[in-house]
Amino acid sequence: MERHGNAPPDDVPVVLAREGQHGPVIHAANRKARMEGILPGSRVVDMRAICPELQVEYGDEAGDHAALDRLVLWARRWCPWTVRDGDDGLILDTTGADHLWGGEAAMLVEMETQLSLLGLTARLAVAPTWGAAWALARFGPVRSICGPDEAYFKLGPLPVTGLRLDDPTVLLLRRLGLKTIGAVMDVPRLSLTRRFVKAGLQANPLMRLDQVVGKLAEPVSSVDAKPVIRVQARLAEPIFDPTPYLPDLCEALCDQLKQAGQGCRRLHLTVYKTDGDVSYVDVATSAATRDPAHLHSLFRDKVERINPGFGFDLITLASGAVEEMQDTQNRLDGGSDADLHLTRLIDRLTAKFGTHAVTRPVLRQSHVPERAETQIAALANDPDEGTVVTKERPLRLLDHPEEVRVLYAVPEGPPAQFVWRRQTHRVARYAGPERIAPEWWKDRPGTRLRDYFKVEDQTGQRLWLYREGLHEDGRGGDPRWFVHGMFA
Amino acid sequence: MGSLRMHKDLVGQGQRPVAMSHTLSEAFPNHPTDASAVGFALSRLPRTNAPILWVQDRLSRKEAGRPALAGMSANRPVIMVDLSRAADVLWAMEDGLRCRALGGVIGEVWGDPAALDFTATKRLAMRAEAADISCWLIRRAASPDLSAARDRWRITSLPSAAHPHDAQAPGAPRWALDLFRSRRSKPGQWVATYDGAADRVHLAAAVRDRTVDADDGTARKRAAG
Repeated sequence: MERHGNAPPDDVPVVLAREGQHGPVIHAANRKARMEGILPGSRVVDMRAICPELQVEYGDEAGDHAALDRLVLWARRWCPWTVRDGDDGLILDTTGADHLWGGEAAMLVEMETQLSLLGLTARLAVAPTWGAAWALARFGPVRSICGPDEAYFKLGPLPVTGLRLDDPTVLLLRRLGLKTIGAVMDVPRLSLTRRFVKAGLQANPLMRLDQVVGKLAEPVSSVDAKPVIRVQARLAEPIFDPTPYLPDLCEALCDQLKQAGQGCRRLHLTVYKTDGDVSYVDVATSAATRDPAHLHSLFRDKVERINPGFGFDLITLASGAVEEMQDTQNRLDGGSDADLHLTRLIDRLTAKFGTHAVTRPVLRQSHVPERAETQIAALANDPDEGTVVTKERPLRLLDHPEEVRVLYAVPEGPPAQFVWRRQTHRVARYAGPERIAPEWWKDRPGTRLRDYFKVEDQTGQRLWLYREGLHEDGRGGDPRWFVHGMFA
Repeated sequence: MGSLRMHKDLVGQGQRPVAMSHTLSEAFPNHPTDASAVGFALSRLPRTNAPILWVQDRLSRKEAGRPALAGMSANRPVIMVDLSRAADVLWAMEDGLRCRALGGVIGEVWGDPAALDFTATKRLAMRAEAADISCWLIRRAASPDLSAARDRWRITSLPSAAHPHDAQAPGAPRWALDLFRSRRSKPGQWVATYDGAADRVHLAAAVRDRTVDADDGTARKRAAG
């Protein structure tokens, strides 16, 4: 199954690549590329030689995994037992569910329709066992259906690759002249047992055959979707303001969370309007919580954003991003822990001003001043803790260094006079230079080095001044001077 | 610097800023790009590992830059809040003063916005005293009009002290401190020398002929901050 989000045109050969041991290899190819003879697993450079107009994109394998995991839960619309199968498949245990969709054939058509509405192409098959369905879906005819006793006839003509064996075993079977599953089935069981007595499941055709015909059990162990913790208030008649109901809703939600031993980091307040529409407000917290008063306070300024229309008669409050949360005793005297208060302060600030406004600067290991400090979320852990500042640095930094006009340059050291923000500064004393070279592994080529000076002007103001580049360093014209920060 | 005092008046004043409960103080830098007020405010915060809540409005950030972690002598966590309006800055500071886990609250407001009136400063001062957290309001390009701040400082950079090893280079920073209004003690003027290695401020009297200089050592008094 391949994801066709912004599908490329069908007449262009497009492949997805991934990093291999000796350069990129083909991860997946579209129909046109496969018709050109491009095989997944081969190297991109070789395939370029076969097909010069090949377009190569890098695949997002982790994203594909996550999308497939979401699709597993989405596929519960057809049956309750679904599980991901490898990197590119879903297994649905439709036992007892097919009659709801009008039989197996109609169910497959329905599935293919729904998946194509998502923009996915799918190859589907129904079979009594996992192994048989795997082989039929990949190598069998379109939407093939295998009855309980038809495994030998339906699977017989398929290649041995359909047995889910590893590559050396497939190669071995081919060399033995066993090219189809039927040929392997015809070999006496005793000979196969003798030949593959020590092989594991991946390399054992006999065990794989037993799985296909159902002699070896292969159950579907389905992952459970987490229950959504949600409370609702049904109202007798439409209202316009949910505020009076919020404390009770928060209380009821926190009771449920407490019983489940969990806390939530996200709340969705949804109102169902009488004119057939919904309106909602989301709030988020920085740490898992189940304190009704705190959750209620987060809605303080946000409830006004709800558009009530002609009124609403149903309010639901659902918790998202639910996490395990243990009850902790804060302090012996019943007072609350300091950290707890800090998380609440940050929640309040974030709820009002947004996540980008509340940050924590942390030091990074870089000599370039812009990269020596980055912003992380206020309560996140510093991944690079222990960075030590060895040189003297200014107390304040300008976001963008401001260019100064040099009035009186001297060959050594900073200019004797310069104009910054329309004021003339005369350099009385200076320290430096401290040379900071560009980081070639990050900067674009042609970036000039900087010579930093701590200068003090006639009034006592201490500035951090730098010269960008050197005379005749071949990276632009004359060096320019910038103010980058202020010392205390 | 305004009127100057005689040396003998200052004898009792050296330890005045010591051992005060935490409250709201205002600092007016003489020049918007002067970082001395920030350095002084930082040096007066209590020495703990508790985080500092630092709230800036947009103009302060654009005109006077952002505080750089590498330049602070004490390595303590800072929570930055970047806002656009002065009213939001005051709201965030007031909310921060409810949280006793903080080691200090520093707010930077540019100019004289209407939101920053006597009532707003009084709220901040009372919250700071109730929570016992020191709160500094750094006001650039502002006129020192009516305010309920308990201490109000006017702070200017002075030419720095001599560098111990290099005559060409600026040494320890020195600031002219002018406590022009204080509810708790007598106003006064000092010349402060900041010792970055020890994170300590040495105060000396401000006299015109510089007889009592920080380098002199005769009248050196150590402040708490």
